[in-house]
Amino acid sequence: MEEDFRKGEECPQLLDLIPNERDWMVNGVGGVGKRCGVSEEKKLELRLGLPGGEDWPAVIGKTEEHSVESVLSPGRYKLSKTSGINPSSVGAKRGFFDTVESKTEAFQQQQQQHAGFLQLQAKGKELSQKTNGRAEQQSLERKACGFSAAHGSAAAPSGNAAGANNSSQTRTATTPVVGWPPVRSFRRNLASTSKPPLESENGGLKPAIKLENGGKGLFMKINMDGIPIGRKVDLKAYDSYEKLSLAVNELFQGLLAAQRDPLAAGNQKNPEEKPAITGLLDGNGEYTLVYEDDEGDKMLVGDVPWDMFVSTAKRLRVLKSCELSASSLVAHFVVVTSAFLFLSPGGSGRQEKNSNRVLERKGSVVHCALNICCFLASFGRCF
Amino acid sequence: MTYFPEEVVEHIFDFLSSHRDHNAVSTVCKAWYRVERLSRRSVFVGNCYAVRPERVVARFPGVRSLSVKGKPHFADFNLVPDDWGGFALPWIEAFARGSPGLEELRLKRMVVSDECLELLARFFPNFKVLVLISCEGFSTDGLAAIATHCRVLRELDLQENEVEDRGPRWLSCFPDSCTSLVSLNFACLKGEVNAGALERLVARCPNIRTLRLNCAVSVDSLSKILACAPHLVDLGTGSFTIDHPAEAYHRLINNFTKYKSLKSLSGFWDASPRCLPAVYPICGNLTGLNLSYAPAIQGADLIKLIRLCLKLQRLWVLDCIGDKGLAVVASTCKELQELRVFPSDVCGAGTAAVTEEGLVAISSGCPKLNSLLYFCHQMTNAALVTVAKNCPYFTRFRLCILDPGKPDPVTNQPLDEGFGAIVQSCKDLRRLSLSGLLTDQVFLYIGMYAERLEMLSIAFAGDSDKGMVYVLNGCKNLRKLEIRDSPFGDAALLEDVGKYETMRSLWMSSCYVTLKGCKTLAAKMPRLNVEVINERDESNEMEENPSDLRIVEKMYVYRTVAGPRNDAPDFVWML
Repeated sequence: MEEDFRKGEECPQLLDLIPNERDWMVNGVGGVGKRCGVSEEKKLELRLGLPGGEDWPAVIGKTEEHSVESVLSPGRYKLSKTSGINPSSVGAKRGFFDTVESKTEAFQQQQQQHAGFLQLQAKGKELSQKTNGRAEQQSLERKACGFSAAHGSAAAPSGNAAGANNSSQTRTATTPVVGWPPVRSFRRNLASTSKPPLESENGGLKPAIKLENGGKGLFMKINMDGIPIGRKVDLKAYDSYEKLSLAVNELFQGLLAAQRDPLAAGNQKNPEEKPAITGLLDGNGEYTLVYEDDEGDKMLVGDVPWDMFVSTAKRLRVLKSCELSASSLVAHFVVVTSAFLFLSPGGSGRQEKNSNRVLERKGSVVHCALNICCFLASFGRCF
Repeated sequence: MTYFPEEVVEHIFDFLSSHRDHNAVSTVCKAWYRVERLSRRSVFVGNCYAVRPERVVARFPGVRSLSVKGKPHFADFNLVPDDWGGFALPWIEAFARGSPGLEELRLKRMVVSDECLELLARFFPNFKVLVLISCEGFSTDGLAAIATHCRVLRELDLQENEVEDRGPRWLSCFPDSCTSLVSLNFACLKGEVNAGALERLVARCPNIRTLRLNCAVSVDSLSKILACAPHLVDLGTGSFTIDHPAEAYHRLINNFTKYKSLKSLSGFWDASPRCLPAVYPICGNLTGLNLSYAPAIQGADLIKLIRLCLKLQRLWVLDCIGDKGLAVVASTCKELQELRVFPSDVCGAGTAAVTEEGLVAISSGCPKLNSLLYFCHQMTNAALVTVAKNCPYFTRFRLCILDPGKPDPVTNQPLDEGFGAIVQSCKDLRRLSLSGLLTDQVFLYIGMYAERLEMLSIAFAGDSDKGMVYVLNGCKNLRKLEIRDSPFGDAALLEDVGKYETMRSLWMSSCYVTLKGCKTLAAKMPRLNVEVINERDESNEMEENPSDLRIVEKMYVYRTVAGPRNDAPDFVWML
């Protein structure tokens, strides 16, 4: 089909789509003779044509005013959006021409903007890029029989784009749509371990396939004091604390430097100028690495064997070391307080932890105690 | 030709393999109709409500193999209420009464009760093959009945069903005399299994070639099973994690090195990357690999595995493979024909895992690709045009951009041109699923070029009725059309009512079709069943004559010779 067409008219393959369509409509008025057998067949099959007997240019004139409307209202979610489209009236037929006209214009706009991917179509054919552009425009103008390629085009494609933008924006409001994306229920539950498995209301879902296998969470959030942006690390990618420490340094070095000196932020190419974050594990550096385990306790990184750390850690934090020592003061205070006030806070297991460097324990009791401790800590920071 | 003995004609018909050919010869003349119906061994019913089971039994008394499909495809995504229908019982009862020589039954998206399975087990002495896909309504007790009574069972294949777990005893119900199993797939079962019974069963079935285990089967068990099933061709592993390096792991490695015949690998439930090296020895022979249940296998581990699979033809993965991983697939798997990339993060809010780049890489590296299911965060027209040029042999092309109605991010244009290029280039395209921002234009292209298209899925696309009309007018071979959340209304629905008798079914949900439109369609076409599905609690409205101009939420139309069905629940109105 395209071959026949191309013999008479040099157009890139993609454009064939539009001229063919042009053909069957025009044929209805007995107009331009250029066609090929299949497009005529298409005309018959598609049963879309000019309302009987009307002049081509006259129709275009009438429908021009409707064109922008229909393009701007690609009604999806809201009925009100399709005010320009009245399905049960004769206006529907007009609507077809609107669509065609505005599509042509949009298409032209596209051509002008994106000779690039036309290149792909024209590859292998003896057409240069430039003649493409001109050939299309000429052919379109010839066939358009009065399509207002020039003045109409400004409104419609931008309308298109605006409409597109608007509709895509309304859609990205993350209201979950039923049955979207189209995946079977049991696949939804295979989401990464950071998401809890979804419960099924209608009984039609498979329960979540347990992913815990001794290595909870590959990707773990890590936040650094003073940096609003958190990152994620893959604990499985490392096999030792040293490597983790290096990775943390890499992650935050740039951000830290940017934070300290926003003017130098763009200067990514001088790593030596950025202060390295060292001493994360031994308490000697400016920062110390801590983590929150599966019981909610904050612990210093480095105490337990690596495997145990990987399996119990939930979140990582990079704290300023001076804050840390104040907090450890706090911890001691809290421990003493809670032991004194509440004889057995959490069972024997917790007592063991007390001997480790537990920094913070969750619980409303503790918060009250912490308030006092924070007051103390602020003194601690000054030391 | 009229004097040709019927036995000879029958013999000739035996060579016909496709259902369509059988259907065609039966319409030639009465003699051929007679011969054909008596000689027909295999019947496929694409819509269980299109014909009465008794009619099928009466016309084809010699049927050995029956396939029936029930619910519409969108039921997979919870768009069809649970009690809508699709019951298998009438079919099994009809065949039990009229054609108990049935040997094979394949059901998809149907409601299968334990009673059905018991009937199957007891009334069909030659029953050999049971395949249930996306079915529900039965429990492991039903499976126990099958295991107990089907003496010559060859295949028990359960794919993605909802099965109620009533304990592991069903596996032990296979009698010691059962040695005929060739294929056993219970990967979709959630409950525990009796490992010993499983191992003994596999050991006594020398012909077993397909074995897909569920997540309850440990690596230990897998090792033992592999040891007694050396000729397996298709394996679905059980749980693929080991808490600490153990003999089990080493045994597994040893066993896999012996497996020369294994061609397809799936399962990998809970898979942890540490266990992957066990399968390295067989990767070179694999033609099929399904890692889509293993979100923990990503990045470097995944790439390492893929690099060994030089003969891969079918690959199912999660999108955490990333564009980089897909580039590795493209450079390694030159024989690839089918690729499915599933989303690992369905909320779509995470980092972009795969984009158009991955797909373009695949298309340039794997020219034999003919089947695609691709979930991604974005797609461009340019990429689709490139893919269309590189892979003109697509028969199934399903693209799902996770954000509905998202345009080409580079040009901000709709994806009409991209999909247009696909349908224009892929002349054999039979199945297409669209997504992204799309206007009526894409339907114009589909109507013009997609001549072989049989199934089209539309979501959040189109501007006006014209879109749907282009498709209905243009796609001559269209059999199934399913539309959701698109602005097509009564005018499009009623444009060509005769078209629906040439199709199996039409599904429209969250469109602009009104009750009046549905009623008009039903009135004009008595051989269509027009079902309106109202899930909201407005059943009392039925008596109050609801306004005809009300938009229907869900509509399902299908051709039928069986008349309106009598098992429809309250919320389904048969117009």
